[in-house]
Amino acid sequence: MKRFLGFVRKEFIHIFRDTRTLVILFGLPVVMIILFGYVVSTDLKNASLAFLDLSKDDVTTTLTDRICSSGFFRKTADLSGHQDIDRILRSGKAKAVIVFGENFGRELESGKKPRISIIADGSEPNIATLVTNYATAIISGFTQQPTLTNQSSAPVIVPEVRMFYNPSLKSQFMFIPGVITMIMILICALMTSITLTREKEFGTMEVLLVSPLKPVQIILGKVTPYFLLSFVNVVTILVMSRLVFGMSVKGSLALLLAESMLYILLSLSIGILISAVAKTMQQAIFISLVGMMLPTVLLSGFIFPIENMPEIYDWISSVLPPRYFIVIIKNIMIKGTGFAHVWKETLVLAFMTAAFIGLAVKKFRIRLQ
Amino acid sequence: MNRDKVIKVRNLVKKFGSFVANDNLSFDVYEGEIFGFLGANGAGKTTAIRILTGLSEPTSGEVMVAGFDARRQPEEIKKNIGYMCQKFSLYEDLTIRENIMLYGGIYGLDRNTIRERTGQLLDKLRFSEYGDRLISSLPLGVKQKLAFAVAVFHKPKIVFLDEPTGGVDPLTRRQFWEMIYETASGGITVFVTTHYMDEAEYCDRVSIMNEGRIEALDTPAELKRLYNAATVEEVFVKIARPGANSKKENADNNRIV
Repeated sequence: MKRFLGFVRKEFIHIFRDTRTLVILFGLPVVMIILFGYVVSTDLKNASLAFLDLSKDDVTTTLTDRICSSGFFRKTADLSGHQDIDRILRSGKAKAVIVFGENFGRELESGKKPRISIIADGSEPNIATLVTNYATAIISGFTQQPTLTNQSSAPVIVPEVRMFYNPSLKSQFMFIPGVITMIMILICALMTSITLTREKEFGTMEVLLVSPLKPVQIILGKVTPYFLLSFVNVVTILVMSRLVFGMSVKGSLALLLAESMLYILLSLSIGILISAVAKTMQQAIFISLVGMMLPTVLLSGFIFPIENMPEIYDWISSVLPPRYFIVIIKNIMIKGTGFAHVWKETLVLAFMTAAFIGLAVKKFRIRLQ
Repeated sequence: MNRDKVIKVRNLVKKFGSFVANDNLSFDVYEGEIFGFLGANGAGKTTAIRILTGLSEPTSGEVMVAGFDARRQPEEIKKNIGYMCQKFSLYEDLTIRENIMLYGGIYGLDRNTIRERTGQLLDKLRFSEYGDRLISSLPLGVKQKLAFAVAVFHKPKIVFLDEPTGGVDPLTRRQFWEMIYETASGGITVFVTTHYMDEAEYCDRVSIMNEGRIEALDTPAELKRLYNAATVEEVFVKIARPGANSKKENADNNRIV
């Protein structure tokens, strides 16, 4: 045990003396959270709009104010004629143009259907969809106000929509669990595979193997510091998401931390396996980045919903550990569900961990022959 | 020689599939001896060392190291040997003291013993003021001497040196060999492989491997007499390059050294 502790201590020295390791270990998570939280936001905020108002009456002015005061839009230009629409969209000064037809207010008050159109820049489909959806919602909300239409003919059916669990549809709620999922597997797999192949490359592994330390002790000794530091990382990210984005854990924190530990363990065992296969640090980095990061981002359901993928990608993603952890962490963090709803995913992760550790041990033995 | 045998190998065979890496090796190494283990690249030296250090299991044969069976008690062997390999084996980002502390701890020495011996060691090497310097800041020759000192720090019965002087200047090599002599006179057996044939002359006894077999084993003087050669290098070349060797006239001429 004393031998083992001395060995763990040495690994901590390695980590804290190497700036690059420290940056990846502690800088990367913070940067990622801030990047995904602020930059890669799918919410609509202050999208630029241009208006072509052909009627210029009280109603259109009120409606324009209503749209611009919603927080989603800001007015960047008033157009004078249809010929300007193409020009302003091309120049990129507006994401969409709202056109009020002639006599808008009078037609609305007299119960006729006034003409209004939204012309959006379709070269950015996501933004165009968001802009038209948001604008349509504001406009239809406005025109259905009873004070404006004094006719009470056919009742209009308007479903009352409420978003459970994430009422304001903040995209950070989707990204933070995803970032935790991605960072953990990336850091754990990458760092352990690097630190183990480094010993191989520098020849110190041979000396360790000839020493009375058992192979299991060597691996555990190298991995333990990363386990602890990754756990610290999870806690840091949770605290950050609380302080910066106001996202608290709805469900049991203890359960979330326990599941995180399982996931970290799984990621570490993947790292060990990579190090058993890779001969050099470069190889280890390549396998970790290309083999782990890309599939995690693209196929785990982190950004793109698995439900929309062709079936074959669904199969591929079913062997990726992040896919299951993302379900677990979203359930606990956002919905506040208990273990009863995530036990299946937990079981899959536990099984994968056992399989990877088994495989890594076997690989390690073969190498010793 | 009537000294105790610290390594005893009988009919050692190691096969990888159909490839025979060690073909029926038998030899003894005596306590306090400097034993040179020579052979061309691919002759099977590394395989033999891996078996002697408990890293690899023999296919058949008897191997006793420091009184323990390599097949059944590799863990006991590991506690009683030191090892230094071709590649540099200290951690560059640790200081001298930290490296010594680490390896001392791995070999189960307690803190006080480590501290005491570290002081003696640094004094002897005249490194006292460098104890807290990172290994990466030291010149190669110093690192190499230090690596050797660390390999025998826990006072093992045998120390295995796998090409310890690769890439080191002649002066440092000489100092290095002085350290080896001192170690051996202290009762620690030195088992050393090298590509420098002048170093082979410094050994008490030398074995020369070729194609998985030990072709010759004796004192340097006796080998030179037997093979009618002026230097061990000549002996080595005669053995490793068949056709030039009267003993092995029937050997396959396609072999490449």
